[in-house]
Amino acid sequence: MKKRIVITGMGVVAPNAVGLADFEDALRKGTSGIRFEEELKHLKFSCQIAGKPQVSEEKIAKYFTPLQLRGLNSSGIVYGVIAGTDAWKDAGLEIQGNESPDWDSGIIFGTGILGVDKFREAINLIDAGKTRRLGSTSVMQTMASGISAYLGGILGCGNQVTTNSSACTTGTEALLMGFERIAAGKAKRMLVGSCSDHGPYIWGGFDAMRILPSKYNANPTEASRPMSTTACGFVPGSGAGALVLEEYESAKARGAKIYAEVLGGAVNSGGQRGGGSMTAANSEAVVRCIKEALRFSEISAEEIDAINGHLTATTKDALEIENWKKALKREDFPYINSLKGMTGHCLAASGSIECVAGVLQMDKNFIFGNVNCEELNPEISELVSEEKIPRKTLKKPINILAKSSFGFGDVNSVVIFKRVMK
Amino acid sequence: MNDKEILDSIKKIVTPYTQRKEGLENFNEETDFIKDLEVNSANLVDVILDVEDEFNIEIDNDSMEGMLTVGDAKNIIERKLASA
Repeated sequence: MKKRIVITGMGVVAPNAVGLADFEDALRKGTSGIRFEEELKHLKFSCQIAGKPQVSEEKIAKYFTPLQLRGLNSSGIVYGVIAGTDAWKDAGLEIQGNESPDWDSGIIFGTGILGVDKFREAINLIDAGKTRRLGSTSVMQTMASGISAYLGGILGCGNQVTTNSSACTTGTEALLMGFERIAAGKAKRMLVGSCSDHGPYIWGGFDAMRILPSKYNANPTEASRPMSTTACGFVPGSGAGALVLEEYESAKARGAKIYAEVLGGAVNSGGQRGGGSMTAANSEAVVRCIKEALRFSEISAEEIDAINGHLTATTKDALEIENWKKALKREDFPYINSLKGMTGHCLAASGSIECVAGVLQMDKNFIFGNVNCEELNPEISELVSEEKIPRKTLKKPINILAKSSFGFGDVNSVVIFKRVMK
Repeated sequence: MNDKEILDSIKKIVTPYTQRKEGLENFNEETDFIKDLEVNSANLVDVILDVEDEFNIEIDNDSMEGMLTVGDAKNIIERKLASA
């Protein structure tokens, strides 16, 4: 028999809010986290706006020891540790004392690239012939698995502790990897999530590819326009999201709050064939990924109430909807929304932040409105009736929600969540 | 700079890296960085860098290897200060 796996805790550090309560409020109101960045202007970026979580020094000091704070210069680690620790506490789990780790709890926490500011510090010292001045903190803040290593040490996890990386699907993939580990009976609990650094060294490459909006520097909150006629590129973001996955029996036994059940999902790749490339998705692969997720989750297409899409605010948004349409083969279409209108595209962190947003909707019976989508792209309105793309937040229960993420390298992932009756 | 001033400086530098705080109560030349203070061995290089900054000296790898106790550190610092 298939093991039931549920979500018992969540944490989020998003450009428009930090912490679950503020994030829920921001989702309901459509609060934007996109701001003008003086630094990007100074560096002559075309796109001088971005999504950066607002986290004070005082807040950071609550999550790290004074020793860990010395020379800490890796924003991904800061965001990831806050989100991960919050999720763990939200699940009502204890932080292990010094004697023995929790052998049944593991971590899969992904990232795209970690600690770029720290790495820059190191590069400058090395190039100046001062390698010995790096100190001991350079390696752990710049290794990709630094984030899972920090969290593993803080929480005392003794199961698998690792980091995955698959561009903008990273967070959703991490969730499915954790799900599979519990399903295989190898762990009882997995903290899953992802983080992304902020700053010019993360965003510069995208600016150079000219896929970011350059005409909204004076009105940043309007720049990220998923599904809109005037969508003109994604706004770069950063942050972290985290979820605690747990065996249903274990969650039940300790009386934990259950946010939702993870029914399953799928990951695949288009192989950069059939229209797919390093940067574009092979539509056939996307359709297969959706169908596979449904098949594995043992639900029919008709059962999906809402989709939280990838929908980055490029011309490809319509294609994403078309792929859903092909995969679901329904007369009508589920409600669909994109968080990126409020947060921008948080890159490696996007999947996990958006999973948290999706599950919060299920827990609190609402579907957040799509911001900056006053004029729906006509290619999309041909496929889906306008009411299914809410512009204002709706009060509505969701029984089944599908979440998709797609990434460079032609990689896809889709996860299916189900409400658990209380 | 006298012995006591140097010891006080070392104590201040090593405090954030000290995992066994009791070790700081009886801080003297015999105090062993790893055994008594439980400084993580990876952090010893950070202690050295902080000492270098504090006294404006440079501690080479050979000197560093002999730096097991507070007394060792004090002697190295005094030697470097004298030759500076």
